[in-house]
Amino acid sequence: MEMTERQEKAPIYEALQRLRRMRVVPFDVPGHKRGRGNAELTEFLGEKCMSADVNSMKPLDNLCHPVSVIREAEELAAEAFGAANAFFMVGGTTSAVQSMIMYACRSGDKIIMPRNVHRSAINALILTGAVPVYVDPDVNSTLGIALGMSPEQVEQAIKDNPGAAAIMVNNPTYYGICSDLRRITELAHSHGMLVLVDEAHGTHFYFGDGFPVTAMAAGADCASVSMHKSGGSLTQSSFLLMGKNVNADYMRQVINLTQTTSASYLLLSSLDISRKRLALHGREIFSETVRMAEYARSEINSIGGYYAYSSELINGGSIYDFDRSKLSVYTLPVGLAGIEVYDLLRDEYDIQIEFGDIGNILAYISVGDRERDIERLISALAEIKRRFGRSSGDMLGHEYITPIVAEAPRTAFYSQKEQLPLSETAGRVCTEFVMCYPPGIPILAPGELITPEIIEYIRYAKEKGCQMTGTEDINIENINVMKNGGQHGALVY
Amino acid sequence: MELWFTERHTPNVKFSIRVDRQLYSGNSEFQRIDVFSSKEFGRFLTLDGYMMLTEKDEFIYHEMITHVPMAVHPRPKNILVIGAGDGGVVRELTRYPSVETIDLVEIDELVVEVSKKYLPTTACRLDDERVNICYEDGVKYIRRCEDKYDVIIVDSTDPFGPGEGLFTKEFYGSCFKALRADGIMVNQHESPFYDEDAAAMQRSHKRIVESFPISRVYQAHIPTYPSGHWLFGFASKKYHPVRDYNAAKWSMLGLHTRYYNPQLHAGAFALPNYVEEMLRDVE
Repeated sequence: MEMTERQEKAPIYEALQRLRRMRVVPFDVPGHKRGRGNAELTEFLGEKCMSADVNSMKPLDNLCHPVSVIREAEELAAEAFGAANAFFMVGGTTSAVQSMIMYACRSGDKIIMPRNVHRSAINALILTGAVPVYVDPDVNSTLGIALGMSPEQVEQAIKDNPGAAAIMVNNPTYYGICSDLRRITELAHSHGMLVLVDEAHGTHFYFGDGFPVTAMAAGADCASVSMHKSGGSLTQSSFLLMGKNVNADYMRQVINLTQTTSASYLLLSSLDISRKRLALHGREIFSETVRMAEYARSEINSIGGYYAYSSELINGGSIYDFDRSKLSVYTLPVGLAGIEVYDLLRDEYDIQIEFGDIGNILAYISVGDRERDIERLISALAEIKRRFGRSSGDMLGHEYITPIVAEAPRTAFYSQKEQLPLSETAGRVCTEFVMCYPPGIPILAPGELITPEIIEYIRYAKEKGCQMTGTEDINIENINVMKNGGQHGALVY
Repeated sequence: MELWFTERHTPNVKFSIRVDRQLYSGNSEFQRIDVFSSKEFGRFLTLDGYMMLTEKDEFIYHEMITHVPMAVHPRPKNILVIGAGDGGVVRELTRYPSVETIDLVEIDELVVEVSKKYLPTTACRLDDERVNICYEDGVKYIRRCEDKYDVIIVDSTDPFGPGEGLFTKEFYGSCFKALRADGIMVNQHESPFYDEDAAAMQRSHKRIVESFPISRVYQAHIPTYPSGHWLFGFASKKYHPVRDYNAAKWSMLGLHTRYYNPQLHAGAFALPNYVEEMLRDVE
């Protein structure tokens, strides 16, 4: 059978349809019994949706131990993504990222990673006890955003840490920036290290034309792919892809350590159907997405002030490639922080974008967008500049502060701690995360030293209206730090 | 045999016109376009099944959306019309000798073509030499304009479908920017009667109030629109629609109108209490 013919199948979806036709009487969970037991929820979500919310059973297979339709669907997904194996994930890409780190690292193992990783990666370090070796990403000083890792930086990190178990790459970043994945993979493999790629924002690379290289094509060992972002599946559904040197059966055991035993068939079928759609139509879908993003970029750049950046940033190193389907806009020249533009778009113009940070906004463009909505976004940005723009003199630009790692994340997280007001924490070791969400990249992670510069940054971000998360204190006024001996008098900064 | 055109005015109310025959049906990139002929209303145009105009009552709508701002502005020379591919607004505008340019921005070229062919009553003046037609999304067109027009007439369809961008704050803000310091914007402002229309009306009024220093609403009776009770928005940078209105001057022009007249101009801004309350709620 030809590949396209095979990819027309959607085994989980088809099994759910067969089940519906069989009119099986449910004396199993879920207790809403195809929605009949919860009228209000069924009215809200629809009868079809509720009747697909079923439990694992013989005709539907079981995600913890797939032998029939799920296995078949996973094989089709692997084929579509050019992977040796693929797993359906129902705990978000977070669980895919954690699983690949837990697969690669044991307690005490070193893992090389850029500091601008998603919190899920550092969470995995707390779970495994692995120790991070951070590669400081280059920072684009104009845009204030962290970039990719250059092969030279990775090579240096490998030299300094020859026994590291794995290298993790964040590719593309939230902003669309890619590293030289092929070269990094060669370097890592020649030193016996696994390559794990957080490819949450790169689903479309596998199906569209002219996108940066995918993790699987670059020869990486594992990749976590957020199908629910550009792939069109339901929120929380994701894929974990594996290369030929990964023991998939052991990986499944690792996943089962933390994954639910009641995987949602809404999520599973959404992955199955979306994989089919992308395999068959991905090329047209993503060329349309890129066309809309390019159009919006040129219109936004013609407003003046705003800078919607793209592949002109490519520098052969820390910006090896750029994802042109991304619409990231630098806002500081109009005198507004990204987060302020983000808030104005929602409060004044009923437009919700993906995120705003200190200097940038990101509008997520997909095949679901309509021309007229793109026009609204552009016009709203023009209006925001006209009505709210001011001189950009007093804007704090930088987005990335080089962290000082004092303890392993796990050690810090489980240490004796005390809670101090933010202003009194300089010089102490943080035991929790502080971050803006989205994008969910930590300003502070457990085990890192708190500096006056970081305190100032947190204050500024709060003042500008960033949604801060991570600390035990829900108001982010106090931070947990290590007790006794947490004071690192020896460290000078 | 009986053939009827039916539009749902609410999920529970239908409005029907007996159709003599269908003159045109086609799909553009944006919408379905139909033209019917009927005994009672003459020819009528529908977009996606929604009534746009009938030959019998279009004069009410087109006179009221055009003459009210044109009579208030002392020297309207450069006019922008958004939507209105049927040509009705342009027909009324071309009657003013003072008008130098009329820019018509219509998203759907097929609406203009179909109107020219089947609706000569409204499309008759689209070839006037002052008229310049641009086929573009109005939201996009207006973004590039600054200090350019005396009067902007927004003859939109409903706040869903291809016209929904014309009910947004970014659009009204762009109109403000596109108008000269004494410019006036008038828009199709939906109906206050049925709940869903009323909510759209309030939403759009709120956004206009936030965008212009002067924002008033006036009414007309249009039998083929839902409830028949229809509103227009008058938004202005300088002139008040009634206090700055020079009735004698307009009368001097000697334009023959069938609905609009100077007494009605002032009276149209007197609204029923329930409508005033709805407007106040969002002001």
